[in-house]
Amino acid sequence: MKNVAVPLDDRTINDLKAGDEVLLSGTLYVARDAAHKRGIPVDLKNQVLFYAGPTPGKPIGSIGPTTASRMDPFTIPLLQKGLKGMIGKGARSAEVKEAIKKFKAVYFAATGGAAALLGKTVRSAEVVAYPELGPEAVLKIIVVNFPAIVAYDIYGGDAFAEGVKKYREA
Amino acid sequence: MPEIAASKITETVCDLCRQANFELGEDVVDALNHALKIEESEIGRNILRELIKNAEIAKKEKLPICQDTGLVVVFIELGQEARITGGLLDEAVNEGVSRAYRDLRKSVVSDPFIRENTNDNTPAIIHVEIVPGDRIKIGVLPKGGGAENASSQKMFLPTASKEEIINYVVNCVETAGPKACPPLIIGIGIGGNFDYSAYLAKKALTRRVKQNHSNHDIAQLEKQMLEEVNKTGVGPMGLGGRVTALAVHIETHPCHIASLPVAVNMECHAHRYKEATI
Repeated sequence: MKNVAVPLDDRTINDLKAGDEVLLSGTLYVARDAAHKRGIPVDLKNQVLFYAGPTPGKPIGSIGPTTASRMDPFTIPLLQKGLKGMIGKGARSAEVKEAIKKFKAVYFAATGGAAALLGKTVRSAEVVAYPELGPEAVLKIIVVNFPAIVAYDIYGGDAFAEGVKKYREA
Repeated sequence: MPEIAASKITETVCDLCRQANFELGEDVVDALNHALKIEESEIGRNILRELIKNAEIAKKEKLPICQDTGLVVVFIELGQEARITGGLLDEAVNEGVSRAYRDLRKSVVSDPFIRENTNDNTPAIIHVEIVPGDRIKIGVLPKGGGAENASSQKMFLPTASKEEIINYVVNCVETAGPKACPPLIIGIGIGGNFDYSAYLAKKALTRRVKQNHSNHDIAQLEKQMLEEVNKTGVGPMGLGGRVTALAVHIETHPCHIASLPVAVNMECHAHRYKEATI
């Protein structure tokens, strides 16, 4: 288990390999479908986006990853602007996977449905945009020891493809 | 004629929704513990441990098991001797959902294109069956979007073999991959017609997890499908492993001589079903 500070710097990113289990601590931005469609009005340079829509609570209720591929059509322009990490569930499109490699970013998979457990890692949460979107508002959250797995790294590693290949029976 | 107050239906739906969201059924927890014993992937085992711990935290602290507290599907078995008083059945059910979701995530939009949140997680999807007797059985299944989106329906030729159907199901699981949040519970409806097969697939999810069908041949098909699905290697959260599904449940129904409808309703491990009879 590797401890990783977020936002991410290049040295940290260079060390992350697909399949690594990590504990993230620091600041994350939370955004999903509706906010991606409108545009996320936050400087995302070096930041990590967590694709999620939490339940209400203090500082937050339950929060877990939603399907990342729904954000694929909006992701490459964000990577071009310096976004360095994403947390979600599931595989990404070939284009996004390639862009992650090109722009030296990392995609983390978190456990879908482990939202009560993940909510416990959140120390603070504030709405930074689109409060009217309710569960789809953009949030800034601070987490301590948020568990995730490196799904795609800058070397083209893919924890999904490699994992499934290992256990697939003809 | 025995009377059932609409307000009692509202209360029951509200209680069931909350219980479902906070307390993972003992059948699902048992299935996750069994999966932990047979899973070979270390990452897979860690994910299963997280899920078991998650269920403990959720129950103890009354937190939703999953942040996607779902679109509520309600199964009603209405005894034909019963009479509902003091309100309409649909309104009573939706009032129960609305009350239950005051502090839960609201995941319903009023229109598929305009997409404005209804702000109380209504309307629920309500299925009513008329049955003998004078009571009402209410089952609630808050259904998350990720798994639901991975569902599928196909009209097979009536001459199709069981192998063709098995391959179709396996293909659905592989296409869904990690998106449906494996380990899955797979509801399958075979027969009926286009729409009824989908209803059966959902209804199949209301059976106690891992309890096979009472018909021996269908139970065999469930076992065979589970085995084939678990050969895909998709594993917990799609990161590889032996346990891609916890269970396959099949329901069947008579159908047209020209048809063999098959519907696959995917359900994630956060399988939240609760029922009560009033």
